[in-house]
Amino acid sequence: MTLAIKTDHVGRIYKKKSPKRKAASGAEPRTLTALDGVTLEVPKGELFGLLGPNGAGKTTLIKILTTLLTPSTGHAEVEGFDVVRNAKQVRERINMVSGGETSGYGLLTVRENLWMFAQFYGIPTKEAYRRADALLETLELSHMRDTRVSGLSTGERQRMNFCRGFITEPNVLFLDEPTLGLDVNIARITRSFTRRWLREHPDRTVLLTTHYMAEADELCDRIAIIDHGRVIACDTPVNLKRLLQRQPIFEITAGGLDATNIAEMRGTRGVIQLTESFEPAAGHHILNFILEDESALPAVVGVLAGTGGHLVTLGKHEPTLEDVFVKLVGRSLKEDIAE
Amino acid sequence: MTHVSPVALFFRTVRARAAPRIWGMKREPSWIFLEVMVPIVSTTAFVYLYRSLHAPEAYIGFVILGAVISAYWLNVVWAMAMQLHWEKKEGMLQLYVLSPTSLMAVLVGMSYGGIIMASSRAVVTLAAGIWLFDVKLSTNELPMVFLIFGVTLVALYGLGMTLSSLFLPWGREAWHLALAFHEPAFFLTGMNFPLSKLFSTVPGIISFVSAMIPVSFGLDAMRQLLLPSKIPGVFAPSTELLALAGLAVLFLVTAYVALQRMEYKARVEASLTLRG
Ligand SMILES: Nc1ncnc2c1ncn2[C@@H]1O[C@H](COP(=O)(O)OP(=O)(O)OP(=O)(O)O)[C@@H](O)[C@H]1O
Ligand SMILES: [Mg+2]
Repeated sequence: MTLAIKTDHVGRIYKKKSPKRKAASGAEPRTLTALDGVTLEVPKGELFGLLGPNGAGKTTLIKILTTLLTPSTGHAEVEGFDVVRNAKQVRERINMVSGGETSGYGLLTVRENLWMFAQFYGIPTKEAYRRADALLETLELSHMRDTRVSGLSTGERQRMNFCRGFITEPNVLFLDEPTLGLDVNIARITRSFTRRWLREHPDRTVLLTTHYMAEADELCDRIAIIDHGRVIACDTPVNLKRLLQRQPIFEITAGGLDATNIAEMRGTRGVIQLTESFEPAAGHHILNFILEDESALPAVVGVLAGTGGHLVTLGKHEPTLEDVFVKLVGRSLKEDIAE
Repeated sequence: MTHVSPVALFFRTVRARAAPRIWGMKREPSWIFLEVMVPIVSTTAFVYLYRSLHAPEAYIGFVILGAVISAYWLNVVWAMAMQLHWEKKEGMLQLYVLSPTSLMAVLVGMSYGGIIMASSRAVVTLAAGIWLFDVKLSTNELPMVFLIFGVTLVALYGLGMTLSSLFLPWGREAWHLALAFHEPAFFLTGMNFPLSKLFSTVPGIISFVSAMIPVSFGLDAMRQLLLPSKIPGVFAPSTELLALAGLAVLFLVTAYVALQRMEYKARVEASLTLRG
């Protein structure tokens, strides 16, 4: 099976353009290592996510894979074609959408712009308009199709960009923070559309970067977490969350319990850890169970009922990607966004 | 992935990239005023200047043809030379580069759109010359005139494409240089007077620079054919046509090579986009 994307120890060093060369502080390095030995393999059909704080090197990696930038070290392939030596073959097979891009000519309408971009991929006019109309419909932008691009809001423009990415039916689509600036509803539409597109075309591939944990978690088959230009973890969201060595956590609020009952529950098979606290006002115990897996839950609830206690609430907490991220990167992604 | 022949892709790109210019023209009516009326005013000024100086009446025709060609020249300097740099600022350049089409096709498309725009101005200027200033054009050698005109445009826009690819990395500084060169170019190309007068007065090196600008010989040849008068051309029109064809090939090849190199250089140096 050919891989959609393969990178082999890809590194990228930027020359820093210092605005004013400070004569004294010559010690400051002139170069910046944006990527350092990135090795990834993305099979066809996958929706692969890149997650990382600002400046981690996500966009740099996308630029290398879309032939906009040469790697300083290592090499990269898209659908088996080298991004430097076979750039032409790579370009025939890809497209890219970045959040906040301002592409398109203001005097042209949305539909005309999409037609224009399709021409650069050799798509016949009729077919281009057909695809444009269908995409605009899906992204709820049909009413704007004859509006000039100069008259679009940021979110509308971004939806047009999204259409631009899909209109060429690329084998590998790169989405660099595609939901930036979209409201919750539209962001959801773009996500479910991306998913559906992959389902309908199982040999296509999407590589996506995002700042939104929930988006990565909900959308991606696999995720690479990168920081300071290095891949520090790469796995499915579920496996990543297991990295924390934290099993499913359930919180149970129950009434009518005493110490013996609780000890009995602690001894139930599959319970790794149980912490408890008591709320005197309500007469309730709050119990936190860490279980080996979810199948241990019925037994726990059974013991509770058997001891004469009664269940008030039952809630499940799984470790989130956010937890994984904090653990691996050492800081929260949310702090980055706030900056 | 769409399967398309390189030739079809080239022409689709040309047409698509010309579209914003051509459609945009229709959508910005104020453009008509700026692009068409203002130049006529400046041409008219030259006509009255020559009349008040009692210059030979043939000069009026020379000025009008000069104004016709200058429409294309201005388009090259103002719209072509900096175009790739602008596209970079708008974030369009990277989308061109990552698409399977060639930057050459994109530039040819811009040129095509630019020629259509400049032509509206050229036609109005020519009409004004014929009706307002009573310029009489000879129609004896029209096929040759059109041939020379066509080759001149190819060479001229080839020059524009070359400038555009050279200005990509150098940006604004280079453009200021081009603008500084812009006024002397009017003089060097004999836009408002016979080229032979220039060639007979300035040193050879300046004549050479003049000859490298496609407008010079193009205009000189067309004047000889359309305005038979006692004012001689620099060379026979057929000789000038040959020189123009040479320039056309030279500039197209230079543009092609420069684009390849600039693109690669930009990929290495991370300068296809402005950082922001
Ligand atoms: N053209 C450039 N020249 C010099 N340094 C650059 C250039 N482009 C990016 N960098 C630097 O390289 C590092 C990686 O940047 P990159 O844009 O890849 O990060 P990112 O992960 O996409 O970040 P963000 O989440 O903010 O989009 C950053 O430190 C950035 O400042
Ligand atoms: Mg980025």
